[in-house]
Amino acid sequence: MTDFSASEMMAVAAARMLRDGTVCFVGIGLPSTAANLARLTHAPEVVLIYESGPIGAKPSVLPLSIGDGELAATADTVVSTPEIFRYWLQGGRIDIGFLGAAQIDRFGNINTTVIGDYRKPKVRLPGAGGAPEIAAMAKEVFIVLRHTRRAFVEELDFVTSVGHGTGGDSRARLGLPGAGPTVVITDLCLLRPDPETKELVVTALHPGIARDQVARATGWPVRFAADLVVTEPPTPSELAALRDLWRRTAEAHGETSGEGS
Amino acid sequence: MAEITSLREAIAALVRDGDTVACEGFTHLIPHAAGHELIRQNKRDLTLVRLTPDVIYDQLIGMGCARKLVFSWGGNPGVGSLHRFRDAVENGHPRPLELEEHSHAALANAYVAGASGLTFAVLRAYAGTDLPAYNSNIRFLRCPFTGEEYAAVPAVRPDVAIIHAQKADRRGNVLLWGILGVQKEAVLAAKRAIVTVEEIVEELDAPPNACVLPRFVVTAVCRVPFGAHPSYAQGYYARDNRFYRAWDDISRDRERFREWMVRHVLETADFAEYLRSAGITVPPERSA
Repeated sequence: MTDFSASEMMAVAAARMLRDGTVCFVGIGLPSTAANLARLTHAPEVVLIYESGPIGAKPSVLPLSIGDGELAATADTVVSTPEIFRYWLQGGRIDIGFLGAAQIDRFGNINTTVIGDYRKPKVRLPGAGGAPEIAAMAKEVFIVLRHTRRAFVEELDFVTSVGHGTGGDSRARLGLPGAGPTVVITDLCLLRPDPETKELVVTALHPGIARDQVARATGWPVRFAADLVVTEPPTPSELAALRDLWRRTAEAHGETSGEGS
Repeated sequence: MAEITSLREAIAALVRDGDTVACEGFTHLIPHAAGHELIRQNKRDLTLVRLTPDVIYDQLIGMGCARKLVFSWGGNPGVGSLHRFRDAVENGHPRPLELEEHSHAALANAYVAGASGLTFAVLRAYAGTDLPAYNSNIRFLRCPFTGEEYAAVPAVRPDVAIIHAQKADRRGNVLLWGILGVQKEAVLAAKRAIVTVEEIVEELDAPPNACVLPRFVVTAVCRVPFGAHPSYAQGYYARDNRFYRAWDDISRDRERFREWMVRHVLETADFAEYLRSAGITVPPERSA
């Protein structure tokens, strides 16, 4: 078996979630890595939309920012930011919202605003960006983040974006149109919401990961599905595509010159 | 009607202490040079508006120019935190910063409302989130036709909008392309608008549906080559990712930040001199 890292397993597992031909609203960072890997492997017809305005972006390297020039240069069209949010997201054109998170709870709610009290925060995080409405409006939401006890918390310090709210039919009662998070991909496992309670349940462990590793990295008593499976390891071609993408990205972003050069 | 002036004159004449100022730009075409001029002229008590405050707002906040920030995502894109912004929010340094925090969708709609002559924007947003609990400018109303509940936020109506664009013609008509963010809406929502441009040309030669801001909605046009650095201007130069990384270090420490700003911004006359002083080589566009 080929050697692979936990980060590579996470990126590949996340990429596999995207079906070819779907329209995906992509967050920067891990979601963008996964979405572009999907586009470069099994899903060449996936349509990537970034909140900065590019629709159908096909970057050859991963963007460092949500508005890199290559996103615009390779897009089918570029629209304004109000148009992206009004016509395309609120208008119901998005199949998948692909998000990251600083903190997540058992119902897939997300915090990207503050650690600690809002008015006297321990850590001021960047804030909402496009996430609250992506989480509300996309037909489905995928969330990708590293699995640590600091990230997977019993209670969020701040609800920036709603997953399944307080569980059960919470989303429907809030009037949120989309189905909410259907999968959370981490470097240890996959979690999916229980069909009734909507609590996130571990449905797949990545190769070599033990249950108690996941339990220790989760801030609530996490449940495991009865039919728990092991994730298929990355194939040689998936790994090659990911490593090529990362290498091209490092070369592209490293070669720009700046202060002191 | 647009006047073609120097950036120094435009900022001096059109921005007053206490104004609400929107320096817009969504990663692309961020009006960095104009932000520096606000700092050089020591503008105070500004309410700064922007969806994505990044390095230039970090500098304005760190230099004490801002009283309040209206925003939806504040970070150093691709790098991490804005340290001067965080110091202001977490420790009140150099002065407390009042926050009015939205999501992108809401703030983008608020600009559209401002540009449309409305007093508020209506959208599907915020249901179930904690943001309305901390921002009294997020309210809810019902559709008079269906009874559905919607969020409402007040229109953004800046005293001054400041943007950077690729080109203007000699009469002051402005052309921009690529990632447009909310720049058109910001200009149309504002009482006064300052546009810095890469170059001034005889003819814009803009295709019919291009994003052109006619000169009657622009107050001042100022030629400032590389005026968006460290962000980029499509067709002219690339994003200086190394500078964004370097900023993390420069801005982490209060003293180092202040020294850097004094040396390279306060003690230089304009953006060209700043670029030389800070040893910046603006990166060319990457050939695809």
